[in-house]
This record gives sequence, C-alpha cells and structure tokens, in this order.
Amino acid sequence: MSQPENLKFAESHEWIATAAETAAVGISDHAQEELSDIVFVELPEVGRTVTKGESVAVVESVKAASDIYAPASGEITEVNTALEDDPAKVNSDAFGEGWLFKIKLSAPDELDSLLSPEAYAAQIS
Amino acid sequence: MVPFAGWEMPVQYTGIIDEHRAVREACGVFDISHMGQFFINGPGAATWLDRLLTNQIASLEIGQAQYTFLLNEAGGVIDDLIAYRIGAEDFLLIVNAAKVAEDAAWLEEHLDEGVNFADRSDRHGAIAVQGPDSARIYEEIFEGLGAPPLPARNGVVFIPMAMDRIFVCRTGYTGEDGFELVCPAEATPGWFHKVLSAGARPCGLGARDSLRLEMGYPLNGSDLTPDHSPLEAGMGFAVKLGKGEFIGSAALAKQKARGLEQRLLGFEMLDRGPPPRPHYPIESGGEVVGEISSGGLSPSLGKGIGMAYLPVALAKPGTEIDIDIRGRKLKAAIVKKPFYTKPSP
Repeated sequence: MSQPENLKFAESHEWIATAAETAAVGISDHAQEELSDIVFVELPEVGRTVTKGESVAVVESVKAASDIYAPASGEITEVNTALEDDPAKVNSDAFGEGWLFKIKLSAPDELDSLLSPEAYAAQIS
Repeated sequence: MVPFAGWEMPVQYTGIIDEHRAVREACGVFDISHMGQFFINGPGAATWLDRLLTNQIASLEIGQAQYTFLLNEAGGVIDDLIAYRIGAEDFLLIVNAAKVAEDAAWLEEHLDEGVNFADRSDRHGAIAVQGPDSARIYEEIFEGLGAPPLPARNGVVFIPMAMDRIFVCRTGYTGEDGFELVCPAEATPGWFHKVLSAGARPCGLGARDSLRLEMGYPLNGSDLTPDHSPLEAGMGFAVKLGKGEFIGSAALAKQKARGLEQRLLGFEMLDRGPPPRPHYPIESGGEVVGEISSGGLSPSLGKGIGMAYLPVALAKPGTEIDIDIRGRKLKAAIVKKPFYTKPSP
C-alpha cells in the first residue's frame, strides 16, 4: 500500500499528519498488518505533555502489546475514543478512522527529522 | 517469522483470529516440525519408560498413545510429551522443541540395559491437521494410497509408503478432532501442501497458542516448569502413583499426602480492558499472590482469559482476583477449565 503524501513517519512505525499545528498520530498500515487483529488500544490522557520518543499509548493485538511512541513533542489535545468500542478500526483504516491521538506541536521543527513517505516505504520494503 | 527454540516459525499466515476460527469451525494445519521425535525399543523399553514417565506405559496397547510427564527428582516438570506404543517393544515419544536436548540427555543418562534410545528429531518433520473437517481431509490426502482408516482418538497407525515412513496420530493441542502426521523431514512440505490443497487453512504459532489456552492446556516453559509438579498443574490424570516408583514419584506422593499449596487456576477478565498477558502480577486483598503464566484474548469467547499458579484458598470458581496491567488493577474471576466448550452440534 502506498503511504499518504501529507504524513511523516517514525522508524517505530507511527505516522503524524503534517498539515496543521495540531497533528493526528496513528500507526502505519504496515504496522497494523504486522500486528493484525488489534483488540485493545490504551490512549493517553488529554492534556498530557509528551516528549518526542516517549511511550504514550499501547496498541494490543491478539499476540502482543506494542508501545506507541510520540513522533513529536507537544500536548495531547484529543484522543480517538471511537477505538474504545472498535479498536479494529486501526486495522481497517490505519491512516484514517484508526488515528490514535492529536498533538499540539511544541516544536514543529522536529518533524524534519522524521521519514518521508518514500523513505518509510523503503524502510519497510 | 519469529525465532522459536532454534527454528524460524510463523506467528501467523493470515491472522490469528482467522486461523483460530478456521480450526474451531473447519480445519487448520500447523507445521510442527520443531517438535522432537524419540524412538525407543527393546525388551526392557516399557519397564524403563514406566520408571521415567508419570503415566502408565504398560497399560498402552499397540497403536495407543498417552499424555505423560518427564519429571526431575523433586517432582518438577522437565517436559510434557505424548508417548505412542508403535509395537510391543517400540515406542515413539513426541517432545517439546525447546526440550529436545535436555530430554535426550536425561534419557541417555538414565538408560538401562536392553533399551535402545534414538533422538531422530532432525530427520523427522510433522504437521498437525486440526478441526472438525480433519477426518475428511485425511480421506482426501490418502485417497488411493491404501492407507488404513484414521485411528481412534489417541490412536496411532504406521503407514509404510514407497519413500515415506509415516505415523498418523489422532492427537492434538487444540481441543478439536484432528491428527498429527510424522514423516521424514524432506517429505514434510509435500504433505503440508497436500493438506492445504484439501482445504485446510495454514496456521501459525499465534493460533496454536490461543487454541490451546482456550482448552486450558498447559504450555511447557510457561505453565509447566521444574518448580511445579503435574499435580499442581491439575494434570493428575496423567500421574499414576499406584504403578510403582518412577523419578519424582516420592516427591509427588509427599505433596499429595500433605495437600497442595498452589494450583494452576484459570481466570477470566470481568473488567473490560487490555488482554491479560504472561507475568502480569495477580493480587488478592491487596497482596500479590502470583503472576500470570499464560494469558490472552480468547477469540472464541471474546474476552481475556489466563492461568496462574495461585494459593488453593482462591481455587473456588467465582473467587475474584485483581490483575495488575501496567499499574491498573482489573477484576477477574476464577473459572473452571476448559475456558471454551464446544457447542453441541
């Protein structure tokens, strides 16, 4: 699957939207495919301040619990509460309805160090 | 693919839940070539095995198998295995992959006159065909090859074929009807593909684990360890203390007389939350009383289930315990095993 254009990727498979100052974060389609069957998502508290690289959420598949790291620093402004009832949205629409949380970026420059869709595609190929 | 006891093994082919359902509803096939095959024969073989294993080998007819344990002197589990009587003085033991070297060393160390022991794990492969559709698949893959009918539950047949020496055992680790086929290593891929062509879904380690967990079957290294006896594991049916002495029998007899302090209990989650996983601490009345040995989401039941060695005072079904999941205390209740019972047809 091709990676959407307006996203940047962390090596640990999170994506972050780059269009606005408050950015949605999720996991890549490749990551959801590797995990398969996501059965629980533990989301951060709204209002929490996070640092790039910090463990902020947990995505659990049948086989394992995987930590999700903040791809950028900032404040959590919103979490995808729809995942409480339907965590499988992360499987069915990783780049859309399966988003995890939104961060109000405190250091937007950090995005420069993340991978472009092409570079991420090369990493996982 | 993940490393597993020196093998590279798939966790899943299409998805754990898909594969799990295929086995419960139709048929799945697992590559279990990692498991060890020991061949034992000789006039003293049965007597010797009865002094090393907990179940009663002497009670097996030719063509029958039994679940049994290899214990240390303290009564702790070295391995759990299936012993097949393939002749009057011939036995096949199928042992856990991670324990092949340890088991073989133990057996050789205790070898008797008149008994031949051969570890032929490297030369054999095996597949497990499991699910309500497995008997039909057996008919299909052996059609026209003059194979005997599928043996009864826990039975084994030897099928001599031109190039292949094949054992078919009606055993498994899923709680479904099924058979395991043991053959020369080089013939294994061919049989695997034949079974796929006959309609079975390929299944990985993930589904193998979720299927056995729903049945409450213990996993060696997690639920079975040298620190716990098969009695504590609730596997007393495979321990025949009345048959005469065997390694570990004195310790087990003492444990039985004194009464068990701990038992491997099953629990299911009451609170909604993350699935329970191995090593999460378990609390009762604010005190840590144990940790999860096996756990996960049950695909058939749609809830978290697990097992743990816990004080017998907590053994009554319905007793509530707390599972510490990353600092959150979630309620669970002790339940009877198996967790999953097949709906009557």
